[in-house]
Amino acid sequence: MDRKIRVLVAKPGLDGHDRGAKVVARALRDAGMEVIYTGLRQTPEQIVNAAIQEDVDCVALSILSGAHNHLFPRVVELLKEKGADDVLVVGGGVIPDEDIPGLIEKGVAGVFTPGTPTAKTAEFIRENIKRK
Amino acid sequence: MKDKVRETTERWYKEVYEPSVADPKRKERRDVFETSSSIPIKPLYTPADLEGKDYDELGFPGEFPFTRGVQPTMYRGRFWTMRQYAGFASAEESNKRYKMLLESGQTGLSVAFDLPTQIGYDSDNEISAGEVGKVGVAIDSLADMETLFDGIPLDKVSTSMTINAPAAVLLAMYIAVGEKQGVSSKELDGTIQNDILKEYAARGTYIYPPHPSMRLITDIFAYCKDNVPKWNTISISGYHIREAGSTAVQEVAFTLADGIAYVEAAVKAGLNVDEFAPRLSFFFNSHNEFLEEIAKFRAARRLWAKIMRDRFGAKNPRSLMLRFHTQTAGCTLTAQQPDNNIVRVTIQALAAVLGGTQSLHTNSKDEALALPTEESVRIALRTQQIIAYESGVCDTVDPLAGSYYLESLCDSIEKQAADYIKRIDEMGGAVRAIENGFIQREIEEASYKYQMSIESGDRVVVGLNKFQIKEGFPKGLLRVDEAVRRSQIAKIAAVKAKRDQKGVDAALKALEDAARGTDNLMPPILAAVKQYATLGEICDVMRKVFGEYKPAGM
Repeated sequence: MDRKIRVLVAKPGLDGHDRGAKVVARALRDAGMEVIYTGLRQTPEQIVNAAIQEDVDCVALSILSGAHNHLFPRVVELLKEKGADDVLVVGGGVIPDEDIPGLIEKGVAGVFTPGTPTAKTAEFIRENIKRK
Repeated sequence: MKDKVRETTERWYKEVYEPSVADPKRKERRDVFETSSSIPIKPLYTPADLEGKDYDELGFPGEFPFTRGVQPTMYRGRFWTMRQYAGFASAEESNKRYKMLLESGQTGLSVAFDLPTQIGYDSDNEISAGEVGKVGVAIDSLADMETLFDGIPLDKVSTSMTINAPAAVLLAMYIAVGEKQGVSSKELDGTIQNDILKEYAARGTYIYPPHPSMRLITDIFAYCKDNVPKWNTISISGYHIREAGSTAVQEVAFTLADGIAYVEAAVKAGLNVDEFAPRLSFFFNSHNEFLEEIAKFRAARRLWAKIMRDRFGAKNPRSLMLRFHTQTAGCTLTAQQPDNNIVRVTIQALAAVLGGTQSLHTNSKDEALALPTEESVRIALRTQQIIAYESGVCDTVDPLAGSYYLESLCDSIEKQAADYIKRIDEMGGAVRAIENGFIQREIEEASYKYQMSIESGDRVVVGLNKFQIKEGFPKGLLRVDEAVRRSQIAKIAAVKAKRDQKGVDAALKALEDAARGTDNLMPPILAAVKQYATLGEICDVMRKVFGEYKPAGM
């Protein structure tokens, strides 16, 4: 039997807007994945430790404060440092389109902006996880 | 006469309505019509729906139970305060934006702080990296606050500050800036949000656990009643509860339940209800469903008046008045076809005005994409001015009163919110209901249902899941320079080099002693601020004594 896809939904940075993170967490659960939600104000270090400890296939980052250019690449970097670069990293939130190419270049696999149906996020994760 | 209306209404349903909808060509758009709060909506409302209702339940404007408004003349006297929430990057940049807004006819300021400031961290703290100046202005010490209000006379403007956990510190800085301008604290007019309970439940910028947080809040009530008497000491906020995904009924219920918790805490701390209750204010969301929103504002006013009179025995009419600020619903803005947001904001703003708001922020069209540009903020302000000066809705008080549907909706919202409050009372009050996760779960449930209704297409969002077009990248968004943090770090270093370190140490020690005891915390905080102790230093002293809040189940 196939192992369920495991996802860590995480809120890096200081913003407390977790409506999106919670909705995505629940939608991924409804799509048959195992989801762990970190809660607010997680540092990249905390997120990466949780990802390794929980042995997840994907880290889904949510941020609305504008600190994505700083925090998203930091998570990718730390995963790499810890030899966990086979974990897929995706992100969502209020992220200007012009920032997306830069984030992708730094290793964020997909960026989902306001209005993205949750089904699309789930499908992206399913199709792109590197660990099978 | 009522019987006759009931009879004719029944006849109409049977002889006209039912045959009509039975015709496939005239079938209704949906099987069930209901509001955001799942209140069923009938095809038609008539006087029969208001049967048994006494006009006294509505009352007159400026009189209990204030359904029709808190002022006798409402907007015939003066319009609501047009107050755009603004602040970004540095104190210098924000000061420029405030001056632009005041020159454009805005009548009050509303300060947005960046996240490190809201959580009591200085810009040079490692945890602040990437966040400095992003969602608001960075304030590290009194020096930044002096710059923020440079050239803005504090006896001439009213200032609202969206600050919660460190509200006492920012209020102290405002008082200190006033003193430097020669303005006595007795003349200062404005609001601090200071509503920690909704931070735990919905917004997330908490620092300390509930007990010491409630103490800070009641210390502010007590201090202001004597020293800053015109200040609104709290803005009990449903806005963020709604933004987190609640329904209209939940917004009213959870906000008023929080309000009850604050009043109880203050009474328990020995304050007389009529001494502080007149300075309580509220903050609501204005969402898409126009009529439900208008009914919501009116229902909230009536319910609060009854709570204050019956539960707390308040006698001063001002204690019974629910005065509120409104912001249009940020969560309804779409990143797709952003110009459409101007129309959404107009409808939401009109609902707030017809609901009798005391002040209003209208969102800018580009806020689903980034912080608003100067041009889009101006359009948002102009929207309010057009409603005020051109639409004519302000020329009589509460013009929609008496609408069969609206009054019926108002009654349903009041009743359902009162039922929720009863459940929360049974749990032991709002603090308990937050600690046990009840309020958060109710909000999450509603938010998920809302999102799924959009994804299924049951709820149409124009430009998002219907009437889409191919669009290019939006141009000209506002960006905050990453250099803001470097410049704030330099400013902190300069302040620390210049200040009297012994004075700072003594002031922080005095604050720590007060925090360990029971004295009012405002005087030692004010003393520390005046010594140019930083926000982070002051909050750290209290972190040491009070500890930090950790949400359950993380």
